[in-house]
Amino acid sequence: MNAIPQPINPAKLVARQQVALQDADWVRWSLIAIAVSFISLFICLPLGLVIFQAFSKGVVAYWSALAQADTLAAINLTLLTALVTVPLNTVFGVTAAWAITRFDFKGKSLLTTLIDLPFSVSPVISGLIFVLLFGAEGWFGEWLMAHDVKIIFAVPGIILATLFITFPFVARQLIPLMQEMGTQEEEAALSLGAGGWKTFWAVTVPNIKWALLYGVLLCNARAMGEFGAVSVVSGHIRGLTNTLPLHVEVNYNDYNIVGAFASASILAALAVVTLILKSALEWKQGNR
Amino acid sequence: MSILLSDISKNFGAFSALNHINLEVPEGELVALLGPSGCGKTTLLRIIAGLEYADKGRVLINGADKTNQNVSQRGIGFVFQHYALFRHMTVFENVAFGLRVKPRRDRPSNDIITKKVHALLELVQLDWLNDRYPDQLSGGQRQRIALARALAVEPSVLLLDEPFGALDASVRKDLRQWLRNLHHELNVTSIFVTHDQEEAMEVASQVVVLNHGRIEQQGSPTDIYDHPANAFVSRFIGQTNIFDLAEHDTDWLQTAGLLAPQSEGKIAHVRPHDIIIEKSNADQAAPATVKDWQHLGALIRLELVKNGANGSAAPVFAEMPNDQFKQLDLNRGDKVDLKIRQAHWFH
Repeated sequence: MNAIPQPINPAKLVARQQVALQDADWVRWSLIAIAVSFISLFICLPLGLVIFQAFSKGVVAYWSALAQADTLAAINLTLLTALVTVPLNTVFGVTAAWAITRFDFKGKSLLTTLIDLPFSVSPVISGLIFVLLFGAEGWFGEWLMAHDVKIIFAVPGIILATLFITFPFVARQLIPLMQEMGTQEEEAALSLGAGGWKTFWAVTVPNIKWALLYGVLLCNARAMGEFGAVSVVSGHIRGLTNTLPLHVEVNYNDYNIVGAFASASILAALAVVTLILKSALEWKQGNR
Repeated sequence: MSILLSDISKNFGAFSALNHINLEVPEGELVALLGPSGCGKTTLLRIIAGLEYADKGRVLINGADKTNQNVSQRGIGFVFQHYALFRHMTVFENVAFGLRVKPRRDRPSNDIITKKVHALLELVQLDWLNDRYPDQLSGGQRQRIALARALAVEPSVLLLDEPFGALDASVRKDLRQWLRNLHHELNVTSIFVTHDQEEAMEVASQVVVLNHGRIEQQGSPTDIYDHPANAFVSRFIGQTNIFDLAEHDTDWLQTAGLLAPQSEGKIAHVRPHDIIIEKSNADQAAPATVKDWQHLGALIRLELVKNGANGSAAPVFAEMPNDQFKQLDLNRGDKVDLKIRQAHWFH
């Protein structure tokens, strides 16, 4: 009764697998070569090129491109958009995952499908939906105009479009995990006298925190990088409604190569940081 | 604390899980809710706990109406079938949880919590595991930690859902004994759910037999075994041989020394140990032939074939102590005489 089951040593498992999956050397090496060359060609090379182009006229030109008022405004707007959408979508995502995994109600499978909608619809269409709703010719256009509220070609529109695009990330991470976990631990906490709120923070959150963080990271990456939907609703007003991805495009169209790539390098850096954090999370999760 | 259930009904869609359940559990009893899977026993337990609400009926714990009270206010201890330990907390923190979440004015100080948790862990003999995580424990250890955690809030009622269901046989035997002793020590009114009649008979002071959402019988283990209320209980509790007079077992029963008094019923249930066996001298007229036997520890179970019966071809099982079996010196194919000591008659 006192025996403690030995945890399975993953290193041993891998070793065993390798024996079973022993391929001929040439198969192994050519597969590795294909994978490595593909990644270098399509991922490392473009990334290197972004940095190379950004610094093509020297560090000073790079910094002055970044220090331009329009670039700073784009960075600010991008950060603002992420700052508003990520927390909102974290709350929405947790709520949706909770509703779907914890309650039975009519239309539940429809809701589960709808959560994926932003993934399956082209971002440009998503942007257009908001123009059709809130644009000058849109359903609420007249009313908004009469009350002097600007949504399309303004910051609220950008935030709305980004909210829509990034909605699924958190919920998609949480739903399978919470389904697998079941409700027993929460029921146990309730039976021990904890209230609903306490149960959520003391039992649910610790169990979902890694998946939640992972979802938030992905959501953040997309919120900062979204182009299509934002492009439709933004109106490309320099220094006002250009986010970083739009700013990159504007500069590029103006043949301002250093400006375009300097901004792009910031986006690339954000992406790399996100990837590193994501790997760190996965590593930490794997070690638990 | 006593538990009183009055006229509890519960439906899941068109399926009626519980049907007008009336049950009284006196203070300090250890009660088994026993029944085949899908009989509604777990649903009933969850309704008592407040994890589920009945469609109709009332739940009273020690006289107070708890029907609409939330699970977190009912003051019950619930041990889940798969333990539901908090996987991100140590054993110590698991047991301390119920004390830490108390509202500030009722919450004991840290020192008292520490003392109390260690006392509980000693009670379940696992204090040495206090800094481990649940996934580092064996099934039996998890079970005992889950019990300690439920006891920490000093529940008025302890509810256990299939407490031994997920354990292997030898651990299960130990834990049954242990749970009964623990109940003796703490004397808290307890209800556990099981589908294993042996477990119910061994552990409980009262057994409630459920089937299709109804209570078939309630009583002490002896009561239920010796005086089953109906054919279902008789079949479900222990082994039994079934003789159906409608299937022309009448003549054979007569040769075996049992004749139905007309009024008592059409179906006879005979426990294997109520059949006495002797080697037959009258080879032709003997009612049964020995086909095979199995060792069940102290008992031998004989499988007999009915001779000259035009009823069902089901074998008859008889049990006797080992010594007696050796004295009889039976071989496969021997003809035997039977004497049926006692039968339960049903319609």
